[in-house]
Amino acid sequence: MKIATGNDLATGDVVWWDGAGWSRHVEDAVDVGDGGAALIAREDAARRVNGAYVIDATETPHGPRPAHIKDRIRARGPTVRLDLNVAPADAAAGSWVI
Amino acid sequence: MYKYDQYDQTIVDTRVEEFREQVARRLAGELSEDQFKPLRLMNGLYLQLHAYMLRVAIPYGTLDGRQMRMLAHIARTYDKGYGHFTTRQNIQYNWIELKDTPDILAELATVEMHAIQTSGNCIRNISSDQFAGAAADEVTDPRPWAELLRQWSTFHPEFSYLPRKFKICVIAADEDRAAMRLHDIGIQLTTNAAGEIGAAIYVGGGMGRTPMIAPLIKDFVPIDDLLSYVEACLRVYNRYGRRDNIYKARIKILIHEIGADEYRRQVEEEWAHVKTLGLDPPRAEFDRIAAMFAPPAFDAATPDTLDRSDPDFALWVDQNVKPHKQPGYAIATISLKPVGGIPGDATAEQIELMADLAERYSFDELRVTHAQNIVLPHVRKADLHALWQALDAAGLATPNLDLISDIIACPGLDYCSLANARSIPLAQKIATRFSSIERQRDLGELKLKISGCINACGHHHAGHIGILGVDRKGTENYQLLLGGSGAEDASLGKITGPGFDEDGIVDAIERTVETYRAVRTHGERFLDTYRRVGIEPFKEAIYG
Repeated sequence: MKIATGNDLATGDVVWWDGAGWSRHVEDAVDVGDGGAALIAREDAARRVNGAYVIDATETPHGPRPAHIKDRIRARGPTVRLDLNVAPADAAAGSWVI
Repeated sequence: MYKYDQYDQTIVDTRVEEFREQVARRLAGELSEDQFKPLRLMNGLYLQLHAYMLRVAIPYGTLDGRQMRMLAHIARTYDKGYGHFTTRQNIQYNWIELKDTPDILAELATVEMHAIQTSGNCIRNISSDQFAGAAADEVTDPRPWAELLRQWSTFHPEFSYLPRKFKICVIAADEDRAAMRLHDIGIQLTTNAAGEIGAAIYVGGGMGRTPMIAPLIKDFVPIDDLLSYVEACLRVYNRYGRRDNIYKARIKILIHEIGADEYRRQVEEEWAHVKTLGLDPPRAEFDRIAAMFAPPAFDAATPDTLDRSDPDFALWVDQNVKPHKQPGYAIATISLKPVGGIPGDATAEQIELMADLAERYSFDELRVTHAQNIVLPHVRKADLHALWQALDAAGLATPNLDLISDIIACPGLDYCSLANARSIPLAQKIATRFSSIERQRDLGELKLKISGCINACGHHHAGHIGILGVDRKGTENYQLLLGGSGAEDASLGKITGPGFDEDGIVDAIERTVETYRAVRTHGERFLDTYRRVGIEPFKEAIYG
């Protein structure tokens, strides 16, 4: 699957396209299929999100899991400061990042 | 310490209000990111993996308690309660919101601080020796010259859009504690046979994807001509430095391509012209600046002895305290490298405590080191034990300066959008593996430096042991380098061979240091042994 991500303009928070807007939680991300480029062009023009891009992800029981480690770290937070991480919807997600 | 005059303050205050308006226009959708990005970068605001990151300048790594307390306030009020001291002697905040940035900069301006020259293709924050003004081996305090260069470089119209970023370092001792020859321009203040102060000028050093040690371009520039000579160095670079390829745009590439002799010839030619322009400041202006760096009022009667009866205190003194030029005083380094901690990170409470201790014990002065530690430069020996007790209670008394656990590590893939691999977890694992202080001290001086990508913010090229994180088909992989040095014996590390995964690199380091222990001769540091025996015994141990 393909999902879209970026950073919120005002806060810089990592956000994911949930079909209607931008969510803080990667679990909310939806498959944008072939519509990613058009979506990003539209959102970029709306100037609500910074540096949006489309990534590969896989469906898991815990929701979409970004294919690349960089985006998995973006989804959760620094691996060295778990106290600052965005909590996964399912605590059983475990070692989802690495 | 330098104190702003009306011009300094006006420059900073005006820039804050200008940026406030730019941020408002961006938030209102009037500016696109392409339009806004260069504006925010000129104010030290990056966009990293998780949030905006604000890099605050600490000129030549020097600050006072009031400024340090402001850094704590910003960490607590606008970030998540901590800051990260960097290898450029600055501080970064990792969780800044765009809407807050103008207020943060306004608060910084009240204590004569800013985030100018911490990004972009300009002359960056000037770096220097963290022991400046305190070291017994310096010929003069380099900071007045660093300050003069700061004023000259701030918004210099000719050098605000260089081919690439430009880093200048000023030291004044033969022992290089600031990686001087790994800067675009390294300046070593020195004296000639007549006892006059001047500067040896090294140009074209740097790390990154093409590491180079700066060659000596001029062995003695009379000190009153320093600014015009540096201006000539920049002018030649600005004229001929490549702008067509970002990877070939640093001055080191220009000098490598045309040769040091030809670069020197062109600089001399340009300097002959620049000198006629009256650029060098009148001596009175330099004296005005230098007066603000006058030595503090040392107590000549304070005892020059130390009670070492507490063994833990004595251990900290042996490792983290260095001689001061004034009898009865010492230079204390506060390690920001607790075992298992994040190199360079400090909580707001720790930052505040360091501010308090600087005011109480160090004539209200602190320094940030390129090795991501903090220095209290002027501590009475009689106060060292009380200082150590206060640090120890706050987890700031790790006695590991220059030992294997005193690791330089960039933020890596945990924070940085450029990184290919994480650096911090490696630093934590290595420090934990070698947590025994007895073992660390047996290994002696061993500078281990980790970068999470080829940009080398973690100085891996200059590590006695260096680690470079790379992306191998989506997986973190770590290359091992040996034999680098950022000191006066500067050298670049060599890659040992194929890389390792996260656990493998820790084991490889263990085999490396055990090889050192097996073949070292009495008194040899790791780097000395490596230079004597070469890389082969280490490769055999690592890959054999």
